Amino acid sequence: MLFKYLSAKNEDIPPGSAAIFFGFSAIFWFVVGTGLGSFNAAKLAFPDFVTGTELFAFGHMRQVHVLAVIVGWISMAFAMTMMYMTPALGNTRMWSEKLGLWTALLWNVGLSSALISLWIGITSGREYSDFAWPFDLVILFGVITPLCVNVIMTIAHRRTQGIYITNWFFGACTFMVGIVLLVGNSPEYFHLTGLSEAYLTWWNAHNLLGLWITPVAAAIAYYTIPKLTGNPLYSHRIGHMHFWSIVVFYSTPASHHLMSSPLPEWLKSFASVEGVLILIPAVAFVANILLTMKGKWSMFVENMEVKFSITGVFLAIPLNMQGGFQQTRSINWFIHGTGWIVAHAHLALLGMSTFLEIAAVYFGLQQMLKRKLYSLALANFHYWFVLIGFCTYWISMTIAGLIQGAGKVYEVPYIDVVIAEHPYMIARWIGGTMVFTGNLVWLYNMWMTARVGTLVPDGRYAHELAYER
Amino acid sequence: MAFKEYRLGAAMVGGALGLSMTITLFMPSFDLRSAVSTKMALEKQLSAGFDIGFGYADPLLLGINRPITVDLETDPKTGAKLDPPIRAYVYKPGVPMPPNIRHPHDLGKGVYDLSESQGQITAVSGSNHTKGTQEGVVFTLALGEFNGEELTYIENASVTKGWTPDATLAAAGDKNTHLISKGKTEFVVQGCWWCHTLLPEQTQDWQAFGAPPYLGDFNGENPTAFGSDRKAPDILHVASRNSSREWMMMHFFNPRLVQVNSIMPRYDYLWGDKDAQGNTIDFDKWRAEYLEYSVGKRTYPPEVPDYAPNSEIRALIDWVLSLK
Repeated sequence: MLFKYLSAKNEDIPPGSAAIFFGFSAIFWFVVGTGLGSFNAAKLAFPDFVTGTELFAFGHMRQVHVLAVIVGWISMAFAMTMMYMTPALGNTRMWSEKLGLWTALLWNVGLSSALISLWIGITSGREYSDFAWPFDLVILFGVITPLCVNVIMTIAHRRTQGIYITNWFFGACTFMVGIVLLVGNSPEYFHLTGLSEAYLTWWNAHNLLGLWITPVAAAIAYYTIPKLTGNPLYSHRIGHMHFWSIVVFYSTPASHHLMSSPLPEWLKSFASVEGVLILIPAVAFVANILLTMKGKWSMFVENMEVKFSITGVFLAIPLNMQGGFQQTRSINWFIHGTGWIVAHAHLALLGMSTFLEIAAVYFGLQQMLKRKLYSLALANFHYWFVLIGFCTYWISMTIAGLIQGAGKVYEVPYIDVVIAEHPYMIARWIGGTMVFTGNLVWLYNMWMTARVGTLVPDGRYAHELAYER
Repeated sequence: MAFKEYRLGAAMVGGALGLSMTITLFMPSFDLRSAVSTKMALEKQLSAGFDIGFGYADPLLLGINRPITVDLETDPKTGAKLDPPIRAYVYKPGVPMPPNIRHPHDLGKGVYDLSESQGQITAVSGSNHTKGTQEGVVFTLALGEFNGEELTYIENASVTKGWTPDATLAAAGDKNTHLISKGKTEFVVQGCWWCHTLLPEQTQDWQAFGAPPYLGDFNGENPTAFGSDRKAPDILHVASRNSSREWMMMHFFNPRLVQVNSIMPRYDYLWGDKDAQGNTIDFDKWRAEYLEYSVGKRTYPPEVPDYAPNSEIRALIDWVLSLK
């Protein structure tokens, strides 16, 4: 469908082609990722669910789920939003629509092959950087670098005077995540060993969140909320404080992941302090967006994209409160390695950032396709299934984590903790399956939007038109 | 535009990121590089070999080209009885050596000096991580004194004692051979570390499960595979708590045989097709009988088949039992 543009001249490619390609790829990977998550959760609740084959063992499937979601869904949704927000904010075209299309193609091919290799057991054995180093290099130089060049060149060729806060985030974060991937995977290229390797593994894992997932998700909200509500951003100054404090504070607390290891004590203390300072960008972001909503709160009920966005912002509040304090030594001592952390990680990825991205993908696809959403009812179904599924997952895993933490501290025999967790594991599976179901419906809804959605006239936004089915 | 604010901004991003990188990457590297290898680190390095994750020598992570750990009761060259038995690490020709031999700094002060002067480790010829050693080499650990401090160092027993890889393997026999390195590859590939951490936690684990980790304990290890999510107990010192090979066999074949409430997956596929006697393992029959047992129609569960000496599960159990 979009393949014919791969060899076309850049001028002949309609604006938004890359964004559409990225958008549908992202939704597809979201379906795959949450499907795998549901499958894995079933294995944790019922260990004899699918057995007897290496390929469907939990240890082979777990990292495929994680990386399908991070690299497939979240990062491709980011790329999609960058492909339509950056030109819109610079009042210009994408620097190279063709490069964007090629990036999207290489991303899908590279990610598929990387996930298959992981699935059959080719791994570097390092959490969140599990891909073997050739795939790391493809991701870094084949995907992130072209995306970064495209975004930064679009910003450089803008026809506006200033640079809006979202574009500050997009330009800086695509650049910084490249550095993070390059340095974070260096144990593999340069064969670093021992505690240096472990530290760099977690430095990479932490900074993927700190310099890529949470800031870019927040940057999306800086675009969508003013755009949809028609209100100006409450404060550009606070937005910039968010930006700078992310770069300074959120890039440093990596060693809180290894509090029990013999890393230097000064480094662990430094990480704890910096971890609490993350509350500065967190509060700045939440306050800025919620104050932007002033006078338009009815849209939280009426408008699908605002509903998703603001839910994401609300979920950022517990996320950042947990994140700020669970890296202090005393709280870390209680909850490290328990289901609490699993709940927290899903609060960041499936809660805060995913809700913001879903909103941006809904909005962007309608914009780029110039078509109105096929079914508002299905979108509502999607919202409630993802929200209830996520909350079921989050609450059950938080409780399971507190049980595990107490079991650890009071030296309860491990198997008793496993027995106590069993109902929560079932709840986790139900929640994950609800999210998966909602996403399947979403994929159908967006596909039908592209095929039969009502055409939106030029110069109008889809959400400005009365809803019709 | 006269004032190009984005130039200033880009420089500021570079400065802020550079500062954070300096503090979190460059400064800790001084502390990390000063680590002196402990005995535990040397044992882990020599038994694991070069690399456990993806690499040139074993791209599909099948556990080929790995060193073999043996316990020797007799001297492979002279045939004299060794009391107590010595643990030796056999690198056949072509097997890549652990990184510390190629990068002396990884061993740390004293350990490297002793290993070079007393242990003759630099006498190994032609090793790199793709081709491995030319003639093969046998390493052992020995105790020495450096500046008044007692340190464990690496000895090249092929040079100091004349032990060849083949003679050493023959002297040990299959009973005293441990496929620890291949077992760690299995540990990584099967994703055991998604649930079992290898990093005991402060206070509670250090009291109940064994010694806290020291800075030098991890020298040369790659990947460290600490794990982060503990759906199951920490296993850094598991063999000190349970060293029964029979228990491990039952536990890996179907964890519900030894612990009805376990949520660990079955690893019966690591047995392969044939058992120790060369008979084909009938998994369907086993499962049917196990089902009868689990609903109360049988008094005892079916017997777990003996694994073949070259099976993947043997290597995995060898590795688990090396964690003391």
